[in-house]
Order: sequence, then structure tokens, then C-alpha cells
Amino acid sequence: MINNKENANKINKNVLSIKNLYLYFKTHAGNVNAVDNVSFDLKKNEAVVVLGESGCGKSSLVKAILRILPRNTSRYDGKIYLGEDETMCMSEEEYRKKIRWKRMSLVSQAAMTSLNPVLKVGSQVIEPLVIGQKMPKDKALDIAKEMFQNVGVPLDFIGRYAFELSGGMRQRVAIAMALITSPDLVILDEPTSALDVLTQCNIMNLLKRIKKEQDASFILVTHDIATSSELATRVVVMYAGEIIESCDADAFFTRPMHPYSQKLMASVPKLHGKDELEFIEGKPPSLIGLKPGCRFAPRCEKRHGNCSQMPPVTGNGDNFVKCWLYVSSKGE
Amino acid sequence: MENKTEKDVVLSVKDLRVWFELKKFGFGSSGFVRAVDGVNFDLHNRESIAIVGESGCGKTSLMKTILGLYKPREGSITYLNKNISKFQKSDLKWYSSQVGYVQQDPFDAIAPFMSIRKILEEPLIINGVKNKKEREDRIRNVLDEVRLTPVDDFIEKYPHMLSGGQQQRVVIARAIILQQHLLVADEPVSMLDASVRVEVLRLLEKLQEKYGLAVIYITHDLSTVRYFSERIFVMYAGRLVEKAPVDDLLANPKHPYTIALLTATSEPDAANAKVYKEIPPGEPPSLVHPPPGCRYHERCSKKIEGLCDVKEPSEFDVGNNHLVSCWLYK
Repeated sequence: MINNKENANKINKNVLSIKNLYLYFKTHAGNVNAVDNVSFDLKKNEAVVVLGESGCGKSSLVKAILRILPRNTSRYDGKIYLGEDETMCMSEEEYRKKIRWKRMSLVSQAAMTSLNPVLKVGSQVIEPLVIGQKMPKDKALDIAKEMFQNVGVPLDFIGRYAFELSGGMRQRVAIAMALITSPDLVILDEPTSALDVLTQCNIMNLLKRIKKEQDASFILVTHDIATSSELATRVVVMYAGEIIESCDADAFFTRPMHPYSQKLMASVPKLHGKDELEFIEGKPPSLIGLKPGCRFAPRCEKRHGNCSQMPPVTGNGDNFVKCWLYVSSKGE
Repeated sequence: MENKTEKDVVLSVKDLRVWFELKKFGFGSSGFVRAVDGVNFDLHNRESIAIVGESGCGKTSLMKTILGLYKPREGSITYLNKNISKFQKSDLKWYSSQVGYVQQDPFDAIAPFMSIRKILEEPLIINGVKNKKEREDRIRNVLDEVRLTPVDDFIEKYPHMLSGGQQQRVVIARAIILQQHLLVADEPVSMLDASVRVEVLRLLEKLQEKYGLAVIYITHDLSTVRYFSERIFVMYAGRLVEKAPVDDLLANPKHPYTIALLTATSEPDAANAKVYKEIPPGEPPSLVHPPPGCRYHERCSKKIEGLCDVKEPSEFDVGNNHLVSCWLYK
């Protein structure tokens, strides 16, 4: 009983809490285990970075959280708590009315393709207010202007089309659109990977400011470790559909735990210092027909006998790692 | 680089200008896009240089002109003392067998309907390797060289059966199969995952040493340059603003733009999240109407009124073969 109460309290504090989330796709080659038993929590004003290489299921995780499911979904279950509400048991209509773009919004990868080319950016940014909240258009435009100022887009851009804007400005418009309903949570899917270094840095400065001034919570999905450190308060590493490590940013960028995370960190080119770069031999496993055991084991230098079995999760709360190296012999 | 003589120069670019005409209603000129506007450099034998710049700074136009795909409006490119813009058709064929090209996106660069063998055989057939046995041997050798081994597993495969890193190796294999002397690599690793990126960079480095290739590495990512190149050229709005040996440039950047680029480049460090980085305002200028004087002056915090916005800076030597086009160092 007490335990339950504690649990309930814990959930209250989290903006988002994901428990045992699965998302499988059906293809002619077999089931794709894109998101495989993923659990993590996000607290208020936190920025969780989901790190992973292409094909590790990080974009599917975004789809699963926002419930934008493709037609060939074969398994979608688990629990997602947004604040106190469980969203998984909502009907599609209820979810659309209450959650999507009200309390969770998305900034997608390529701002060029996420903006409608035949609409002025102003009318696009106010869409969530006009359509979702039935707000009169002029009132919504006032809010949009405020938002544009906030993200650093000149006000006269409100009547322009997406193609008239540079890549950085488009990304700012996309961010404005995500923030306009003041959602509890903004999901950023590779927000800067298509941008130049200086623009990238500008957008990161903007996100840092929004996080600080508006207490926003972010999930940042990316493969770019160096840039992710600009925003991260916590890092979650995904490999082959699973979360293999979750760690505070301070600890992760100095001492990653999982052998995969360590290798990944060692492969990041640095401007100074004399470290030799490393790379990981082989390639990630296909998400179809996964073999039992640790999924990183075939590429791991530290593998041993136990690795043919699925490693348990060790650690407490938000800091955990899924690797046999950290399983103490007493626990077995 | 002082000890390198004139003789060593493989490729020499002199005062190169590549302009594209803007057409008005399909005819009549309404100005030019000055993609490359006065670029000078020499590339020595066995030397690897990097050209770094943001998108739209003209680095791809520069590269395509070097490959002979665009005609320069002014200036010249000489390869082994031959001016490439005066080439006849047969010279061009010879030139393209001398210069290898590694494209940015491997999947776009190789034909999806050809097997790896066909992809690599094509340049050999075009360049008159008639003996089928010899062609087969060379294909096998080059695949071994780029470590697509066991060769038998790969030679019959089609591009879609390979991962991104493996596809990029096929592209590299194709770029060196004719024993080229010069390799032009346009962002060869930007489409690859972090863990594969290093592997491909290492491979390029190894091939460069082994075959004594001269390499032009074009990138927007300053952090990968150190592992591969000897000299860096920083390009901004059609011009090279700073040229220096790699270590010197990273430790001791001079041009305000280079300093901004280095500041903006992230390193994995949790402390990043706690500070705002100082970034110059605005965006690169239009290449149709570039600003007078230094092209960076509108964004520069160290601008000298009355000089930077009037007169174009020439190249100043700050010692140690470090050249910078900035009035601060006159």
C-alpha cells in the first residue's frame, strides 16, 4: 500500500513517464522490434537526450510517444503517463483533442519539409490555436507575434512563405509552432542536424534560453553526441530498440558506463587533445529476428560467457545500465 | 611548406572566379551569383588539404570547377602545369582518370541497378583496360584495399544490400581504381553514423599515405579535419579567408570568422548546457550583391570603421605559413 502511494507521488512529479513501451512493425520479412521494452521518466525542466545511431529505433520512439503510428504497426503497448494522465488508454479522438499538440508537440528533423509550402508561416504557426482551441484568428496572430519575438524571428516574416526563409529561420518557426500552445513537453527530433555550425549553435542557444526562462521540458532525439551536450541534463542511449544506459549528463560525458556508450564517446572527433579516435567494428543488428542475449555482444570487446543471455538492468532510479559487467556477483 | 618546391605542385588555383548568370525571364542577365570569387592556392604532391565552410560559401562550386564540371569565369586551374580550362575532349578524359571524386551521399553516387563489380569495372572499360582478367584482378585488389572483405561476398552485391559505410567504401574504391593522383572528397563522412565515420576517415588517411595521393577534403565540420589534413582553408562567401597548417589554425585562429566557427563547434562536455555561446549575428551575405570591403564585416564584432567596409583585405602573413585576409593583422 505504502509502496503504491510512493509510486503515485513519483509519477506526479514526472512530466512524462514511460513504462515498458513496445512498438513493433509488421513487414514481409518479419516483425521489426523498433521499440522494445523502453522505460524512462522525464522531470520538469529536464532535457533528456535520446542518443543512438540510425536504425536504432529512436525515431520510432518519438512516433510511439506521440502516437503517430504507421499502418503496419503490429504491437503497440505499454504505459505512457503525461503528468497524471495515462495516455495509452485514451481513444484516438480523446488523444487528439487533449494531448497531441496541446500538451506534447514536435519539432521534426527537416524544417523544410515540416512546413507547408503553400501556407504563410504565420497561418501555420497559429493553426494549433485556431483549429484546436477555436481561437479567433486575430487573437491567435497576436500570440504568434509574441512567439516569433521569443524565438528570434523578425515580425515581418509572419506573412512570408517557408521557401522565403533560410534554414535556421525555418527551424525557429517550427520551434515557435511547437511552443505556441505552451505544451508540457516538446519533442525535438534531430532539430539541428541539417543546419550549419553557426546556425546550429544559435538554435541551441535559443533552446537553452527557452528551457531556462519558461521551464520547458524537452526530449531531444539525435545521433550527434557533441551537439546534444549543449542541452542535455540526462542522456538515454538506445541500441537496437532498447535503452541500454540512462545517466546524468555530467556523468555520461565524462564516464559512460556501457561498452557501447564508451565506444561511441571515443568516436567523437574533438578539436583539441591527442586522443586517438575509435570506431566500432561491424554493424548494428537488424531489428527483425533479434537473437536472445545482449544485442551489442557481437561487436563488444568486453563480452564474456554471460552475454549470450539478456543482461538485467542494474542501477537505481534514473541512472541505470543494461550490461553484465555491472551485475555484481552477490546479486546473482 | 617552405621546403616544398614549385615542382611539387600538383594543382594550382590562381585568382579563380566562378560566377553563375541569373537569367531574367529566361533571357537577359540580371546579375551574377559569385559563388567563387578570387580563390588562390597551391596543392602539393602527397598533401592533404581541407576546405571548411558553411553551406552556400562556394566550396562545392570550387570543387566542381576543379573537377572540370564548371567553367571558370576568370582565373585558372592548372594540373601538372596544364591549364584544365583549355582541355580538349581527349585531355578531359585523361584528366578525369587522374582525379578521383568521393561524393557526399554514397547511395546517390552509385547506380542502384549495377552490381559492385559493374560499378568498379566501368571506369576501367572507359579508360581502355581491355583484358578481362586484368580488370577482375584490379577490382579484387581495390576491394581488398578498402577492406570490403571477403571480396567474394561483396563483388556480386548491389548497393542496397550494403550499409552506408560499405557503400561509401565502394565510392572510394571507384575513386582510386585508376590509380588517381588527386582525390577530391566532398563531405565524405557527413551522411554516416558516428561510429562508422571514423572508420571511413581512417581508410582515406591510409590510402592517402599508401598511394601518395593529394587530397582535397571538403567539409563543414572542423572537428574531423584535424585527423586527416595538413592544411586548412577557411572559406566564407566565395573567398578563402584563412589558410594555415591544421594545428596552428586550431590552436591559434586569427580571422574572426574562424574564431566564431571554432566557438560554435561543440565538444561532448556537460558544461556546454550551462553557458550560452557567443555567435555572430546574421547570416552569410548574398553572393549576388556581396557587401563592399571585407565580406564578413557586417557580422564582425572587431570591424574597423572606414576600412573593413570599404576596402577588401589582402592576405597577410602572420608567420608560420599562416595567411589571413583580415585588416586586423595588417
